[in-house]
Parts: sequence; structure tokens; C-alpha cells
Amino acid sequence: MVEHTIDATHAVVTLDVALPGIIWGWMITLNMWAKSIGTGVVFVAAYLLYRHNKDAMPNLRWSMPVISFIALNVFLLFTLVDLHQPYRMVNIFLHPHWTSAITVGAWMASLFTLLITILMVIGLADQFTEYFKRGCKVAPVRSLMSFASSKSATYEKIFPFVVFLAIPVTAYTAIIMAESSARELWQAPTEVMQMIWAALMAGSAALILVSGSWSQEARKDLALILSVAVFFSFAMYMGEYFFSFKSSEAEATLAYVHAGGSYNVEFWFGMTLGFIAPFFLATSTMKNDNVTLLRFAAILALVGLYMAKDVWLKIPQMLPLS
Amino acid sequence: MKLGFLVDLNLCMGCKGCEVACKVENEVPLSSWRLRVKYIDIGTFPDTSRSFTPLRCNHCESAPCERICPVSALHYLENGIVNVDSNRCIGCAGCMMACPYGAIYMDPETNTADKCTYCAHRIESGMMPACVVVCPVEANIFGDVEDDHSHISQYIMAHQGGVQVRKPEKHTNPKHYYVGGGTYTLDPLAHQRLEGHNLFNNITTLKHVGDPNHGVLDRFLAPFVSHAEHDNKSFMNFDNNGLESHEQEGGH
Ligand code: SF4
Ligand code: SF4
Repeated sequence: MVEHTIDATHAVVTLDVALPGIIWGWMITLNMWAKSIGTGVVFVAAYLLYRHNKDAMPNLRWSMPVISFIALNVFLLFTLVDLHQPYRMVNIFLHPHWTSAITVGAWMASLFTLLITILMVIGLADQFTEYFKRGCKVAPVRSLMSFASSKSATYEKIFPFVVFLAIPVTAYTAIIMAESSARELWQAPTEVMQMIWAALMAGSAALILVSGSWSQEARKDLALILSVAVFFSFAMYMGEYFFSFKSSEAEATLAYVHAGGSYNVEFWFGMTLGFIAPFFLATSTMKNDNVTLLRFAAILALVGLYMAKDVWLKIPQMLPLS
Repeated sequence: MKLGFLVDLNLCMGCKGCEVACKVENEVPLSSWRLRVKYIDIGTFPDTSRSFTPLRCNHCESAPCERICPVSALHYLENGIVNVDSNRCIGCAGCMMACPYGAIYMDPETNTADKCTYCAHRIESGMMPACVVVCPVEANIFGDVEDDHSHISQYIMAHQGGVQVRKPEKHTNPKHYYVGGGTYTLDPLAHQRLEGHNLFNNITTLKHVGDPNHGVLDRFLAPFVSHAEHDNKSFMNFDNNGLESHEQEGGH
């Protein structure tokens, strides 16, 4: 155990009840990780569309909302599954308590998912017009898709709002963390930036996986975003790990990683796989385009990000609060 | 009116009467606690002493649990009590992440958050909390801290300088006071927690919050499937190690 014993007193707990273990576990890790992908692809796509001609990224218009839609639904599903009373999720909409970042986040994430769904339907309808006109056998889907393709211009109108909304949707988890007064490691103001970097990292990594047919220049930009994002994320984790001038609680929490053991292994695996290796792989592909290597970097970044988030989520919950 | 609680740790003798009374009064399920009395031994043999610290919700004036609850299941009553409406709770555990004192548990039977309510239901009908009534040495003092003439206010005035709250640095403004405590009793980082010294053999943390036999799927099936066949034995079987490991650990 990591608590500091005051030597002069030698105070030891000799009888106590069993305390709850980790409460927010892998489902919440998965939830945060998926949300980073869901919002990150939007940021990165917006930047790419600003920088490059659409033709340089032929499948971006539909694949971006499809990836985001899947990731957001994973995020929403695991949010629901993690609740002990899942059917009462509706209370967030019927009895919202606006001081809670959980409430605000749920509302924003729902709106965001709705807008992404619209983008996805329009994107797919435009891309696969022929199929939905002739090949699709399901009448309601056919008529929905033909309606969507008639509203093609709506995509460009909604997109700026989606980009704008992606910022609070990705950052609100940091505010939930900040409201979790009992877990001091989560209280850092840098947590907001950490969420944004995680989104850029996960977003660029996810788009790299579908960028095989893109122009070399566009892919180079993806590699650049990934490198910058992993670099700054890594720098932040290192800052917290080595120079944590915080409360004794945060220090005691970090001791779980410092002291070795499974969290130490997971943390450094995450750092190496998800941040250090992708940085070098991605920067190397910027000079000579290598799609396979870049994809490898992207997968590593996604795996490493999950591990880092997992450690940071779980360790503060191991400290006895009373 | 602002109700507050004071425990005089000089009087408390660790009989756990309050703990039991609370469980009975509030039907707190096995493995869960609204109020617990922690034993802490101080010093090196033979110069040792044992202190007893009853721990419960502090009914903070600026309660992080109330702030984070997305559906106002945790809410203030006019008398300052931080109450919980288990019919509204969605079981997100946000409050468990927010309460700096670990005062909230997830009820394994209702799958909702629960905690000490200062026996709000008894207060409503003019009675004292169950733990106050049962205390044989009157170590628990309860009353209106805004009324200068109340017993608790008088007690606080009489012990000025010796009145403490837990984790004042969290700015939660707790309405639960201690007299006769010290850092070693009130700050969890100031004492060591050795494995194997708890009420259930060989457990210092519960691997699951709530009943370990209730999986994720059960949460979705709960409204349709009755929990009638609840087997209390399962609560005692957290790590399936049984008695041997109890002995290995040298537990109590
Ligand atoms: S002690 Fe914890 S549960 Fe009680 S009011 Fe304060 S923050 Fe809420
Ligand atoms: S677990 Fe229940 S009481 Fe606690 S924050 Fe969530 S909804 Fe509110």
C-alpha cells in the first residue's frame, strides 16, 4: 500500500470494513477512447478539407461520418451499459441537473451523434447513389436515401456546426473528471488539453486506416497530425509522471505507477506503443510515403492510447478515501 | 436550520452500536455501509493506543456529490441534509467519484447509490438518528448548528480549537465535526492499511460494487426478472478463498 505512515505515530488501521474497489473500469476506458475517435475524425477531416482539394481524399466525405458514427455509438452503448440502472438514462433528459457535466455532456453528445448521423446518411446516399436507386431492396431505406441525396448541400451547411460541437463533446469528460473531487489526479487543468490531443491522435489514426487511396500530400498531413498529437500527449503524461507538484493525494495515486507492478507495465507499454513508436514511424513516413508503415503507426497509437487512458482512469480509484 | 453532527472521539469506545443500529434502521445490505467505525492503532508496542472513528456522510454544505449527480437524485433538504432519491438514481457512480470521503455505496439490491441521510425519515417525525439514540456513551451529538442554544452548538463552543472536520482542504464545508481526533484518525493518508484487517475475511477491497453475482446483463434484465432468490451467502464469497486464506492472512 502506498499511504504514507507517519513514523512518529505508527498509525495502522486494525479493523475496517471492505472498501469498494475500482468502480469505473474498462467500460469507461473504452467509452473515452471511442469518444476520442468519434470527435477526432471530425477535427482532422475539417483540417484536411481546409487544406486539400476534396478529390485528394475521395472517400473522406462518407467514411469520416461512418467512423465517427460507429465510434460514438460504441461510446454511447458503453455509457449505458456501465449504468447500474440503464433504463433510467432517460432521467438525464427528463430531470436534467445542469450543474453536472455528465448531464451537459449527455445532451451535447446526443446532439452531436444526431448531426453525425445526418452527415453519414447524406454521405452514403451520395456515394452509393446507384446502389440505393436500383440495388437496394428495402423500400424505406431506398426512399430515405433518395431523400438524403436530394439534400446533399445540407452536408456542407451542417459540417461547421459539427466541428464546433466536437470541441465541447471531446472536452466535457475533463470537466466530469474535474468534478470528481475525490480523484485528485484527474483534477489537472491539463486534462482538457489531454482530451483534445487524444482526439487528434485517435482521429488521425482512424483516418490513416482509410487513407490508402488519398493523395500523398493528404497522407503526409495525417502523419504530421499524428506525430504532433502523440508528441504533445506524451509530453503531458511525462509532465504529470515526473513533475507532479500536486497534493499528497495525487502523489500517493501516482505512486501506484511509480512503484512498479501491473499499472507500471501497462503505463510504459502504452507510452512506448502508443506515443514513442508512432512518433518515429509517422515522421519517417512523411519523407517517403509508406502506407503500411503509417497504418501500423496508427494501430499502435490507438492501442497505446487505450492503455494510457486505462491506467489514468483506474489508479486514482485505488486510494482509500476514508 | 442546518443540521449537523458531532462525534466526540474521546468518548467513543468502538462498540459499533451505531454501525449496527444504522444497518437495521436503514436496511443497509450486507457488504455495504452507511456508517462504519474504523479502528486505528497508534504507536509502537508496548506504548500503543487504539482510536475509534465513526465515519459517515458529512452532509457537506458545498457537496460535490450533489453537484455531479446528473439527475438530482442527490439533493439538499431545507434542513441541510444531503438526501438521496434512489428512485431517480441512474447508477452512474458519479457521486462515488466525487465524494472525497468515500461515503457513498452502490446498493447491490436496488443498483442505486445510497449513503447516510442523517436518518432524514426519522428527523421528519421529530426523532433523532438511530445511531445517536443507540450510542451508550453519548459520543454522537446531533442538532441544529445554526441555533446557538442547541446541544451541538454548545458543545462546539465548549471545545473551540479542538473541533475538526475531515479534509477541510477540499472546500466541501462539511457539517460533521469531530472532537478529540487527530490527523492520524481523520486523514486516510496518515495511517497504514494492512491487508486482512477487516470485517470480512481476507477482503480489503470489493472487486465488484454491489452483488458480484449480478453481471451487466442482469442490470438490463432486472425489471423483468425477480431478485427473489437472492442468496446472502454469495456476499461472503467474494474471492472464493474461504477460510484457509483467512488464516494465511492472519486476519482477526
Ligand atoms: S460527505 Fe460525500 S456524500 Fe456526504 S455530502 Fe459530502 S460529498 Fe456528498
Ligand atoms: S449514481 Fe445516482 S446518485 Fe450518484 S451521481 Fe449517479 S445518478 Fe446521482
